[in-house]
Amino acid sequence: MKPKLLFNIAQSLLMARWRQTLIAAVGVTFGITMFIALLSFMSGLNDLLDGLVVNRTPHIRLYNDIRPRQHQAVTKWPAYKNDYPIISSLKSGNVRQEIYNSGPIIQALEQNKQVLGVAPTITAQVFFNDGTVAINGVINGIDVAAERKLFFFDDYIVAGKSSDLNTIPNSIILGKALAEKLVANVGDVVQITTSTGTIFQLKVVGYFQSGLNDFDKAQSYASIQTTQKILGKSSLYITDIRIKLHNINEAPALAKTFGRIYGVDAEDIQTANSQFETGSFVRSLISYAVGITLLIVAGFGIYNILNMMIYEKMDTIAIMKAMGFSGRDVKTIFLVIAIGIGLFGGGTGLLAGYGLSVVINHIPFHTAALPTVKTYPINYNPLFYIIGISFSLITTYLAGWLPARKASKIDPVVIIRGK
Amino acid sequence: METILEAVNIVKYFYDPVKVKVLDGVNFSIAKGDFVSIVGKSGCGKSSLMYVLSTMDTDYEGEVKIDGVSMQRKKEKYLAKIRNEKIGFVFQFHYLLNEFTVLRNVMLPGLKLNRYSEKEVEARAYEKLQTLGIGELALKNAARLSGGEKQRVAIARALINDPDIIMGDEPTGNLDKKNSELVFDIFKQLSQQLNQTMLIVTHDPDFAAKTNRIIRMEDGKIVDEQR
Ligand SMILES: Nc1ncnc2c1ncn2[C@@H]1O[C@H](COP(=O)(O)OP(=O)(O)O)[C@@H](O)[C@H]1O
Ligand SMILES: [Mg+2]
Repeated sequence: MKPKLLFNIAQSLLMARWRQTLIAAVGVTFGITMFIALLSFMSGLNDLLDGLVVNRTPHIRLYNDIRPRQHQAVTKWPAYKNDYPIISSLKSGNVRQEIYNSGPIIQALEQNKQVLGVAPTITAQVFFNDGTVAINGVINGIDVAAERKLFFFDDYIVAGKSSDLNTIPNSIILGKALAEKLVANVGDVVQITTSTGTIFQLKVVGYFQSGLNDFDKAQSYASIQTTQKILGKSSLYITDIRIKLHNINEAPALAKTFGRIYGVDAEDIQTANSQFETGSFVRSLISYAVGITLLIVAGFGIYNILNMMIYEKMDTIAIMKAMGFSGRDVKTIFLVIAIGIGLFGGGTGLLAGYGLSVVINHIPFHTAALPTVKTYPINYNPLFYIIGISFSLITTYLAGWLPARKASKIDPVVIIRGK
Repeated sequence: METILEAVNIVKYFYDPVKVKVLDGVNFSIAKGDFVSIVGKSGCGKSSLMYVLSTMDTDYEGEVKIDGVSMQRKKEKYLAKIRNEKIGFVFQFHYLLNEFTVLRNVMLPGLKLNRYSEKEVEARAYEKLQTLGIGELALKNAARLSGGEKQRVAIARALINDPDIIMGDEPTGNLDKKNSELVFDIFKQLSQQLNQTMLIVTHDPDFAAKTNRIIRMEDGKIVDEQR
């Protein structure tokens, strides 16, 4: 016997009851649609929220921490070699924040195959002078090109453009909240005072908005050269090297290596932001739980329709067995029906899920915290679609299995006698 | 003469509500080309015997041999194949599948057997319908037919795989006089022209009288045989 025959019979049984099967299929469609839309949306939100952290956090940061010297004079004194010194009132001191040999280190890092890119930075604590008021702030000296490539700098620029930092001398991009406090428009000049008392005039070439208002109240960006000038340091002065890797998971191990090789402090993103993964995980978990619940409900729908169908088709099953179809053939027929419903319902569910995702993706969503986001975020990950169709097939198979088994066990004699 | 079907000391019980012996040592054999009828009062065990002989009921003692092969302790799948290949069954109620056309109903056992291509099975089914005088119904939906027409379609279906034997359990029991005669004429024709082996349960004495051999049952036993 050809399998085609069983498919054919399954199809005829389906078509004879197409209204009920359609309703069962719609249950699956609904489940898959919601599953896809929910997961795409949740995942989009996750990416967005993670992006707030991950986009702007280096995978590894190299710097010199302020701490007491490891080798105090007394430990080097031969007479006390075997003793354990106890020093009171130990102070941090004299550790330079500058990274020595920053040039060669950056060059070496850029050649490392695991490294995506390197962004050197310096920070300067300054006062922004607004009439008689002095506002405490920070100027980050950045390599604009690296910052754009590695930390999506342009996504956060809400006025002006970042490349002006390189082309216009003594220019600055202000945090939006800071600019509002200073009442500084793009093109205006702001005055700053450094911690050593030097006064500078800087031209505002843009605003940025990070999404964290507190951050935007105090932060500003200038080119590395401008910042070095403000601090009165040489062109070699670098305090931070921020690194992005190809694979974020290599960060902890590489951080240790870099720290040891270059004799600096190295912090990896996992240590710096240990909590953010937990949030993503819980959100994903909830979406999966809801999606799978919907599918299970759809599964019960299929179970019902098949049970009903088998009850109605007792005679058909009995006569097929009398004609020489085996219990297995009958079981296959009903499983094909179940999977047919799953495939049809699941397939349309994928399309509808995609459609709903697109719709959500076009719903306006404005928030001051996320200047570049104009609509609700959606992650169009093909994996969700694969999981969706697999789940729909698995649930329909399981839902069909018991009824199909029942059908295969129907005793034709009992049915035929019963007439 | 070549024996097609043999029943050896068939004993069957029903346990619900009390233990009843419905078949009490049935012995007989049917040769190729025989046209046999089984008669007996209602409740004497005719249907029970037919279900045992047709391999659908496996809960019995004794032995059923089809074409010399014992059906004892055979797997369900094997028995299904035997039914498909060697037995054509006609029930009192026609049991056509309403989801299909007449032609497709007749074709189904042939497609299951898969001895011929779908095209050939279709041609053969059409031919069987033609022989039974209902060729023009081929493309109608099975549900739309009259009782007599349905029973003739069921006979065509029973014939599709050229079975060793056709079994009928009161095939005319649900038909009016005219249709009963029509169906009987078909059986007669099958017997005379095609030498088809047939075993038909009936309570119609006229019907039985026209067959080659009558087996009379009483209380689960064969009590009389006439040629
Ligand atoms: N499933 C069953 N359980 C118990 N008794 C049954 C069952 N089926 C039939 N019987 C009894 O077995 C006897 C024989 O029935 P059956 O073979 O149908 O007789 P017939 O076909 O000759 O009328 C009857 O007395 C009937 O009541
Ligand atoms: Mg009976």
